[in-house]
Amino acid sequence: MAAHLSSGRVNLTALREAGRRELREFLDKCAGSKAIVWDEYLTGPFGLIAQYSLLKEHEVEKMFTLKPGRLPQADVKNIIFFVRPKLELMDIITDNVLREDRGRSPQRDFHILFVPRRSLLCEQWLKEQGVLGSFIHREQYSLDLIPFDGDLLSMESESAFKECYLESDQTSLYHAAKGLMTLQALYGTIPQIFGKGECARHVANMMIRMKREFPGSQNSIFPVFDTLLLLDRNVDLLTPLATQLTYEGLIDEIYGIQNTYVKLPPEKFAPKKQGEGGKDLPTEPKKLQLNSAEELYAEIRDKNFNAVGSVLSKKAKIISAAFEERHHAKTVGEIKQFVSQLPHMQAARSSLANHTSIAELIKDITTSEDFFDNLTVEQEFMSGIDTDKVNNYIEDCIAQKHPLIKILRLVCLQSICNSGLKQKVLDYYKREILQTYGYEHILTLNNLEKAGLLKPQTSGRNNYPTIRKTLRLWMDDVNEQNPNDISYVYSGYAPLSVRLAQLLARPGWRSIEEVLKMLPGPHFEERQQLPTGLQKKRQHGENRVTLVFFLGGVTYAEIAALRFLSQMEDGGTEYVIATTKLINGTSWIKSLMEKLEPAPF
Amino acid sequence: VAAAPYGGPIGRDGPCPPGNTSRKEKSPSARPLLEIYSASGLLLASMPWKSGQLVQLGWTASEDLLCIQEDGTVLIYNLFCEFKRHFSMGNEVLQNHVLEAKVFHTEYGTGVAILTGALRFSLATNIDDLKLRRMPEVPGLQKPPSCWAVLSQDRVTIVLLAVGQDLYLLDNTSCSVVTPPGMSPSAGAYLQMAVSFNYRCLALFTDTGYIWMGLATLKEKLCEFNSSIRAPPKQMVCQSPPAGAWSRQRAVVVAWDRQLMVAGNSKDGELRFVLDEDSYLVPELDGVRILSRSSHEFLHEIPEASQEIFKIASMAPGALLLEAQKEYEKESQKADEYLREIKDQKLLPEAVSQCIEAAGYEHEPDTQKSLLRAASFGKCFLDKFPPEAFVRMCQDLRVLNAIRDYQIGIPLTFTHRPAPQGCASEPPPCPPRLVLRRLYPLAIRICEYLRLSEVQGVSRILAHWACYKVQQKDKTDEEVAHAINQKLGDTPGISYSEIAARAYDCGRTELAIKLLEYEPRSGEQVPLLLKMKRSKLALSKAIESGDTDLVYTVVLHLKYELNRGSFFMTLQNQPVALSLYRQFCKHQERETLKDLYNQDDNHQELGNFHVHCSYSEKRIEGRVGALQNALDEYYKAKNEFAAKATEDQIKLLRLQRHLQEDFDKPYLDLSLHDTVSNLILDGHHKRAEQLYREFKIPDKRYWWLKINALATRGDWEEMEKFSKSRKSPIGYL
Repeated sequence: MAAHLSSGRVNLTALREAGRRELREFLDKCAGSKAIVWDEYLTGPFGLIAQYSLLKEHEVEKMFTLKPGRLPQADVKNIIFFVRPKLELMDIITDNVLREDRGRSPQRDFHILFVPRRSLLCEQWLKEQGVLGSFIHREQYSLDLIPFDGDLLSMESESAFKECYLESDQTSLYHAAKGLMTLQALYGTIPQIFGKGECARHVANMMIRMKREFPGSQNSIFPVFDTLLLLDRNVDLLTPLATQLTYEGLIDEIYGIQNTYVKLPPEKFAPKKQGEGGKDLPTEPKKLQLNSAEELYAEIRDKNFNAVGSVLSKKAKIISAAFEERHHAKTVGEIKQFVSQLPHMQAARSSLANHTSIAELIKDITTSEDFFDNLTVEQEFMSGIDTDKVNNYIEDCIAQKHPLIKILRLVCLQSICNSGLKQKVLDYYKREILQTYGYEHILTLNNLEKAGLLKPQTSGRNNYPTIRKTLRLWMDDVNEQNPNDISYVYSGYAPLSVRLAQLLARPGWRSIEEVLKMLPGPHFEERQQLPTGLQKKRQHGENRVTLVFFLGGVTYAEIAALRFLSQMEDGGTEYVIATTKLINGTSWIKSLMEKLEPAPF
Repeated sequence: VAAAPYGGPIGRDGPCPPGNTSRKEKSPSARPLLEIYSASGLLLASMPWKSGQLVQLGWTASEDLLCIQEDGTVLIYNLFCEFKRHFSMGNEVLQNHVLEAKVFHTEYGTGVAILTGALRFSLATNIDDLKLRRMPEVPGLQKPPSCWAVLSQDRVTIVLLAVGQDLYLLDNTSCSVVTPPGMSPSAGAYLQMAVSFNYRCLALFTDTGYIWMGLATLKEKLCEFNSSIRAPPKQMVCQSPPAGAWSRQRAVVVAWDRQLMVAGNSKDGELRFVLDEDSYLVPELDGVRILSRSSHEFLHEIPEASQEIFKIASMAPGALLLEAQKEYEKESQKADEYLREIKDQKLLPEAVSQCIEAAGYEHEPDTQKSLLRAASFGKCFLDKFPPEAFVRMCQDLRVLNAIRDYQIGIPLTFTHRPAPQGCASEPPPCPPRLVLRRLYPLAIRICEYLRLSEVQGVSRILAHWACYKVQQKDKTDEEVAHAINQKLGDTPGISYSEIAARAYDCGRTELAIKLLEYEPRSGEQVPLLLKMKRSKLALSKAIESGDTDLVYTVVLHLKYELNRGSFFMTLQNQPVALSLYRQFCKHQERETLKDLYNQDDNHQELGNFHVHCSYSEKRIEGRVGALQNALDEYYKAKNEFAAKATEDQIKLLRLQRHLQEDFDKPYLDLSLHDTVSNLILDGHHKRAEQLYREFKIPDKRYWWLKINALATRGDWEEMEKFSKSRKSPIGYL
């Protein structure tokens, strides 16, 4: 079930196992049959830790979605609420509990499992509603970092960026620090911590503090990670706004990947059987899991989309050649060997068919004129062309009422590539947006300004060209097929965040002090003392392992770029990626939008 | 009189002056005295008894003294006669009074059983988690039972009682008559019963002097005797070896005024001793302690290893080895002879083990030493004899000897010793018991000697010491805090907050705050600070920790504690708390949010707030009103763009209302762009044109808009007209 987690340099199965163990222990505490009432947001992330079968083994018989009203009838002994510690949810639970029929027998026992942390505030709230006593077990399930793949961990905390930068609510950073402590408990103390940004500084401080809080528990595990790099998303606001051009990135941009699953339009996946053509086309979207357990996907996910086609056709040839083999199989032994390989070949064939279909779907979009125009504008901005005046394409898009998020992405991108827009330009865009899409978006625009995505140029100086040149963010000679630099993931633009990670490994941040000062927030280095017995004596040629933690979200293209660095022959560093949430420009902007629905007159 | 198990202390109450008799009589004139002695007879503490009539004394597993009063109140004192707490055995007991009481120990802790004046039983299985259980009535019970005992079977606590010739078993729900198997029908009425320490065995004594002994489940008889003494015994103790012990023997010890009888299932039959003084029996796991005014003796079965070695003319390997070693010290060649004899039988390993084992059962250091010396001597002639047993025995004995010292007075036997390290889930019990006696230095030295990890050993002792230290009223807060920190430093596993809590309980709030400064865990600091009403300090500690939940807790606490003004002032100084509280208000109390923004003159946010409000207004006047407020705030915030946009929106809303009235179509809440577009779609070109001018829609966008709308409508005539009106700013393709 979780083979893909152990494929990387760091075996993340241990983390998943720890999570499963904790879950089992809790379930066993509530003896007897159970029904789980889910905070819907949690079901996706939980699926990556434990399938329904595990719950079933522990007598979970029913599952419901948390909603106000009376709980559904279910003949179980225990009702367990799996919830995030949010007051809105507590109100729903209160309602559920108060409406429970007290006369029924046998009575059902209530329990709460807070994910990822038990909250005094919520318990106080329940107490005020007079229902706290109804819960027999109130526990926490510290699901902070969820393993997504062999080198990828996410907290799947949707609102982390918004909370940190708009609302100064650093709850998610506290969870991040706790998650890192759990990780260190399993994989050893990380001796070096680097960071850039206010949030990074805060997380590092909390980690050091938490370590001091438990002085007795000297970690005796040999450290797996050499370095932790904490990066604020607001150090690099630019990258998520650009359209990702890797295969996985494009799937996410177009269809949205949720907890490693993607839902695709079903037409392309209709079973091609003769005789029943067109009779019953599937109407349900096709749901696919995407992770490195699938050999083909692992190979192509991080390639520039323009390089995917050739791999797919090469694969197709190999597979059909393999199937042709059967004609050459003469002896019983040869046939037997062929048959034994069949399941693997068939899996490979269906995987190839799936990805060929997905690639076709994507190609329809990437070859469209609009996609091309949009990309051209993005690339002009990122390479520093005409960032200081109103852009024609954006203007036209507004006039034709293209999706608002698309407009916002472009305007924000321009603002960042110009270190802020001239007041006149900024006001023009804002006015256009309000007139076309409605006045209610004034709050969204305000949020984007607060987060620094959209701003007037105040200093009168544009830092971006300096940053771009020093960090070589724009590469003209990009090789999409056989890349030699991370810039291939955006066909020219090298993600700033990953460049920082790359330069940290070699030659070190000292070389870019000037640029670091231009980027927001402090940069720092901390060392965590290891007991002498655990200090590493590096074998010659052994790579260092760095954990890069993106506070506020990371895109698939950035992940691809880090994987590219891991695989570089003379790189010397392998990367494991952690984040508060896997994002793309669209989902990110969406999380910052203020949802204002006018009340009906 | 009561003595605690495992060589524990002795408590007694007697009339004044103390020490004359151990009967529980009270002279009404003088105040009785409550005294606590160590097992070696040192007076630990005493106090005049001022409370009600005492019925029974008993000790808890954690060496606290339980004093059960006639009215059912149970008072708990520590070893130093300091009052800890009290609890009541319920109203029923209060009304009917306590007739008899027993203190018993099970895996759940220490329990109390009461027989009330109404001849009903009440039980509390664990006094630390008090759940009173009233047992069912015994049918036909007219007078107090002649004897009764508490049994623990399959984790259920039950009462066995005897009335005349009948035995009754009382469990939670019912009362049943039972007959012990193999009981002689002519045995007579029951006078006394005893249950073994581990609740396995039961002994019954009848008025014919007959003793029946069997399993406590009453399923099997083990043996019977006739004591030929008909007088009711003063005390009876039943002895059953713990599971896995060396002995299979079970015995019963019966005490009369001047006579002690030991009978068991061994072939030796029975033994009788004469008692010189009034004595009191204390059952132990592996024997019986006999307590009298002048002496404190321990009666136990001699372990096999000791028997083998010390039996007269024993030829057991251990005995020979001991002899060999003695001869060796005398430099006699006989040593070799003895050694050869053992080696010829290939019994040397057994000999060494026997000596090691026997040493454990000896109380005299000299005998221990000679046995260990013999073992060490024997080991020299063996290859690869595992040294652990020997080393561990030396360690154990050193510790046991240290605490058996009369000044310490904990005569633990070897069987009582804690399980070896590693397989014990809990730390060994001797340091905690020393801690209860405030013998901190010895406890620390033992921990260090046994190489216990700091968290398990030294830290706990230091924490106890500190908790005791804070009670010393003669030192200033600074001195105490300094002394504690000096000793404890950053020792792992120390909880400064626990110590602080103790200080607070003693009424030393300032000291508690000083101690809390040393506590690294905010989660521990904050609740206590709140309890001590240091909310502002609690707030800054919570913020330091980064745990937002903790901050919320303090903030809400402050909200109730302070008046609104000072609450807001406090938040002003703590931006982290302020922004969290804002979040809270956003979801729960939107009006407070407005007050918060008002307080810091945050006009931009106030403007946003009003915009928010306007969208939940159900009437257009309300909507416009709220927007008007927003407009004012945006002006105050010098946000001209937002002010202008809001002004336009108000204008648009008013216009839309007119349109809606004029054309009877929904226009409200459309964006300007969509309003104009809809107007064109419906053919109201003039009105569209009017809006285009009024709101200064850029030409480019207006052209796009109009062309799109006209195309959708299929109004090619108008399109032609439009195309000729002016030059297109967006080209013609």
